[in-house]
Amino acid sequence: MTTTVEETPQSIEIAARAVKPKKVKEPAYRRKGSSDFLKPTLGGLIVRYVLLAIMTVIVVGPLIFQLATSFKGPLDDIYNFPPSLIPTDPTFQNYVRVQDFIPIYLYAWHSLLVAVGTVITNAAFATFGGYALGCMEFKGKKIVWGILLSTMLLPGEVTITSQFLTIKAFGLADTLWGVFLPGAVGAMNVMLIATACRAIPQDMLAAATIDGATTWQRIQHMVWPNIKGMVSVVAIFSFIGAWDDFLWPLIVLSDPAKYTLTVGMAFLSGNFADPRLVAAGTMIALVPIVILFSVMQKHFFAGVEEGAVKG
Amino acid sequence: MKSHKWFTPWLLVAPGVIWVLVFGLWPFFNTVVLSFTNARPLQAGRFIGLENYARIGSDEQFGYALTTSLIYMVVCIPLLTILPLLVALLVEKTIPWITFFRTTFYFPVIASVVVVALIWSWLFDTKGLINGALEAMGVVDNPVPFLVDRWWLLITAILLTVWKGLGYYMVVYLAALGNSNKELHEAAALDGAGAFQRFLTVTLPAVRGAMVLIMALVAVSALRVFTELQVLSNGTGGPGGQSMSLVMLIKTVGSGLTGNVGYASALSVVLFLITALPLLAIAWMNREKEAKA
Repeated sequence: MTTTVEETPQSIEIAARAVKPKKVKEPAYRRKGSSDFLKPTLGGLIVRYVLLAIMTVIVVGPLIFQLATSFKGPLDDIYNFPPSLIPTDPTFQNYVRVQDFIPIYLYAWHSLLVAVGTVITNAAFATFGGYALGCMEFKGKKIVWGILLSTMLLPGEVTITSQFLTIKAFGLADTLWGVFLPGAVGAMNVMLIATACRAIPQDMLAAATIDGATTWQRIQHMVWPNIKGMVSVVAIFSFIGAWDDFLWPLIVLSDPAKYTLTVGMAFLSGNFADPRLVAAGTMIALVPIVILFSVMQKHFFAGVEEGAVKG
Repeated sequence: MKSHKWFTPWLLVAPGVIWVLVFGLWPFFNTVVLSFTNARPLQAGRFIGLENYARIGSDEQFGYALTTSLIYMVVCIPLLTILPLLVALLVEKTIPWITFFRTTFYFPVIASVVVVALIWSWLFDTKGLINGALEAMGVVDNPVPFLVDRWWLLITAILLTVWKGLGYYMVVYLAALGNSNKELHEAAALDGAGAFQRFLTVTLPAVRGAMVLIMALVAVSALRVFTELQVLSNGTGGPGGQSMSLVMLIKTVGSGLTGNVGYASALSVVLFLITALPLLAIAWMNREKEAKA
């Protein structure tokens, strides 16, 4: 339902409501005799919330349990059943002691470097390439689109062995540059931005051209406001993808001093390590992206409605 | 009218095209070439014909890996096609707090597989919470070897994949449900169709496209499984490496200074051929969608 300045029945109704001090609050469920069939009944609503609560426990239960374990001290029995979520001997020491096994904060810094670099290059080059593919006419556009699309047929795992040979030939084996480089420009991201650019009215761009706007000015003032949402989706996915990646950095990096967080974490597992320390380590890897996603989720779910996640 | 110099669009798409060529198509071409050689990381190798491919047929490890990957795919497809749809229907209506639930259900998706696998290996440890619960309820007398038995390891890893994938495919379904016709739902309800009947006659046809897409996506990502099995088995691939997936086998064979790049490349080509089928289905579907738009 949209509200406009025009005198539609809705706007009159809204105006009438604004005058009346009594506020009619619509219940979230369907009352008896109501014809609003798309609303659940009160009973249906209760069942729905119960199911939602169960799902929440299944989904966040393991994460909360791990968070609780990471704060448990040596006097807490972490093996008893039923488990307790509240530490009886609460401590932050696990976040310090985990460094006795791996330099986890250095690894987190490495991951952050790679992830931020990946976000910057992907957002920039996907915007440029997407604009050209979505809004410009040029010879060979179909070929470019085909080249980009071909990567969808190629899972990265298939080329991983020779990808490493390429990186080694560049002299980038065992460096963070080698981890970063292949993911710097994602073909998928270029195509996502191109799809968003197509939605911009061509007449508007043509008019700007007639008024003497340069390509750069058109991108800055007309394209950017329209694709901001999709670019933030690309940015979120680029960050998460780089931060979470495991197989590629595992292959590129051999010097433990250069590991990224996921590679270092995998070495934290094993039977010798205290589960409390492993828990602290997992939280160091998990909390930053959970915060990032919670802050950006509005853009993300808006992008979903634009069809960002479909392909 | 000409609004730009001829090279401007090429300049703009250059990074994307160069990256695909250098880090996508070239390594693939190189993989195919290398698969006919006996290359090692430190030597170029010479042409040995189909020797690598002949070796695959008699390789016991390849048999295990193929079995693991195929079982992974066959089990994951129905679970990750049906369960996320049910979750999507649960969060579809805009009732109070629904954004909170949608965001929460997406958390496992953004978590690294390594992180989740580490949490899992603690939960499913012989002394872990799951075994504790099973013993307390009297279901088992001795701890279940979730992480050291070939088949239990596979089941545990699949559970992880399903738990982690729920939110992702839920969002795909949500997008499809958002496009479905609300009036149709109302009309069916007015005609006295029950909730289940409406699910069959209105909801299912609306999400059929998304469903096919998800099946293909799940198939491909299941064939690409690596991190779950690698971390849960502590890099061993289970007893005797029997729970290794194809990607794990490729990584084990091809990496390191003594790695057999030629054989790993041949395995990669086989993996590519297996994943190509569901991927081609996606590409075909996308073309149909684009034609409609």
